[in-house]
Amino acid sequence: MTTKISIEKTDSTPAWLRSLLPLLALVITFILTSGLIIWGRANPFEAYYYFLIAPLSSKVSALEVLVKSTPLILTGISVTFAFVAGYYNIGAEGQLYAGAITAAWLGVVLEGLPAWAIIPLMLLGGFAAGLAWATVPALLRTRLAVDEVVTTLLLNSVMAYIVSALLNGPWRDPQSGWPQSPEIASAAMLPKLVPRSRLHLGFLIALAAVAVVWFILSRTGLGLKMRAVGLGRPAARFAGVPVERTMLIAALVSGGIAGIAGMVEVAGIQFHLIGDLSPGYGYTGIIIATLGALNPWGVALAAVFFGLIDTGAQTVSRALGVPVYLGEVTQATMLLVTLAMFVVQSYRVRIRRRG
Amino acid sequence: MNDAFLVTLIAATLRVATPILLAAIGETFAERAGILNLGIEGIMFFGAFIGFYAADMSGSLWVGLAVAILSGLLAGLLMALLSVTLGVNQHVSGLGITLLLSGLALFGFRLQYGGRSTPPSIEPFGQLSPFQGIPILETIFQQYLLTYVTFLVIVPLAWWLLYRTSLGLQIRAAGENPEAVDAAGVNVFRIRYLALVIGGGLMAAGGAFLSLAQLGAFTHGIVAGRGWVAIALVIFGNWDPVKVMGGALIFGGTYALQLRLQAMGLQLPVPYETFLALPYVVTIIALVIAGRNASYPAALLKPYRRE
Repeated sequence: MTTKISIEKTDSTPAWLRSLLPLLALVITFILTSGLIIWGRANPFEAYYYFLIAPLSSKVSALEVLVKSTPLILTGISVTFAFVAGYYNIGAEGQLYAGAITAAWLGVVLEGLPAWAIIPLMLLGGFAAGLAWATVPALLRTRLAVDEVVTTLLLNSVMAYIVSALLNGPWRDPQSGWPQSPEIASAAMLPKLVPRSRLHLGFLIALAAVAVVWFILSRTGLGLKMRAVGLGRPAARFAGVPVERTMLIAALVSGGIAGIAGMVEVAGIQFHLIGDLSPGYGYTGIIIATLGALNPWGVALAAVFFGLIDTGAQTVSRALGVPVYLGEVTQATMLLVTLAMFVVQSYRVRIRRRG
Repeated sequence: MNDAFLVTLIAATLRVATPILLAAIGETFAERAGILNLGIEGIMFFGAFIGFYAADMSGSLWVGLAVAILSGLLAGLLMALLSVTLGVNQHVSGLGITLLLSGLALFGFRLQYGGRSTPPSIEPFGQLSPFQGIPILETIFQQYLLTYVTFLVIVPLAWWLLYRTSLGLQIRAAGENPEAVDAAGVNVFRIRYLALVIGGGLMAAGGAFLSLAQLGAFTHGIVAGRGWVAIALVIFGNWDPVKVMGGALIFGGTYALQLRLQAMGLQLPVPYETFLALPYVVTIIALVIAGRNASYPAALLKPYRRE
């Protein structure tokens, strides 16, 4: 009797397996990263308590999870909007700063206006600035077929230098000499949703953006066209979809949403423009969009989970002295594990007996 | 402007170009085989960290360099596992590797050196000067051994390997027409693995040059987007190691000019960041000009599947 074990591709993954996958990915991620925790001279189980449970055990830190997830929801949904149409916008980081610069500027020059006027104007300004910064690579892609991955990526660096030039030049704080722009007017600061917490209106703005994007993608003709273009340009063109125009719209709106992320961080958290306003929210947005499988609500869920990891990493760092970068490593590991599992789930092991 | 200014500018250009050129040659291998490796920025950053750490622990810069290159080979292997074996989207897996390795490097650095009040440093590689006593040549050619190796060995070797050997033909064919390579009885997967592993080693060596030669230290901003510049240079240089070198020299030149002007304390009518941003803008313009002629490897970004 011989036994033959082979790995074959299957078209249908059992439903129970598919629903278990995220959990399995999580477990594998934590097994992989526990090596780092041990290297950091801490007990992994204790660390995971501080990492995942402790942040949710008090109201203050649970709200902080939502605070941290706010910019991530927005960059995640921004990246989603572009990726769905097959436009690989890697430039959310730069577009975020474009929105932040504009918000920091409007928040100062519009001093004297009431909050109900100044906040919508800043929101609009942030959206417009992110959109504007996304325009050049979008036009290069749709008009001249210049690869958007490289151009959007390079413009992130250009934007970082623009921010640095502003903060070391005209916007350097005249009193302290710190490289930070003047504080925005108090009417420009986003109102708090819960007193004595940092949770601000930006969280609701982010959720509204998710709802709008969900609606566009699943309930409108534009969304249908975007998905058609994302699935395959030749087929979409054959079906009469205006491919270039659809991609252009996706790219510009994606930039605009990333701009809102910058506006929200300036008006809700920092109240200044600072150089490290974003610790890479634009890049993390790409991970989140992927983990959320480009489904707006899935993306929001992934962003909140990443907010938990960011908050948890700080808790672990304070409690056990494990470096806070554990959070970044965990997020990246989870992405790579999940990517691998998306593929592996479509295969199954088959054991045949003969004889 | 006098002669001394120009001479030191040329010398600095070669120094600045070295790490980016090493990484760009690594990326050339990967893309020629059909894989866009956006892990480059993280691989350089991790190479810079682990090279520094290993050199500090062992007391030998060469051990540091070897460990850094080893880390790059492993990172290339990981990229290959994801993009070749599993066929995952290359943008996302590459960026994932960059985030993973950046996080790991920062984690390790904080853990090992976190409590110190002064930033740790080591005695870096010294510079060679084969033209001692000859006025201009002495300054221009006073360079690190790694710079010599990069320009005189790595670039010609990469060119020779890609265009004059059967392995090079297989790498290029794997990026143009993997089906044909497979039909010829050559294992596409093995070729792509090899290209990514070689490429990863070169990227990490580029990062290690920064910490072991140029700085003698590791800082958070040590790589600062040089990996992204390398990606642009590969397209700019049309996937040809010699032309990529040309692009690296142009980039090195603008960067060095900016450094010189800043060091001279000149009051410029524009912020110095303009010069720093200039190479990125120039690259984008070059991409637009080359855009229609840029001959991307035909199978770039496409996972190969045997049916």
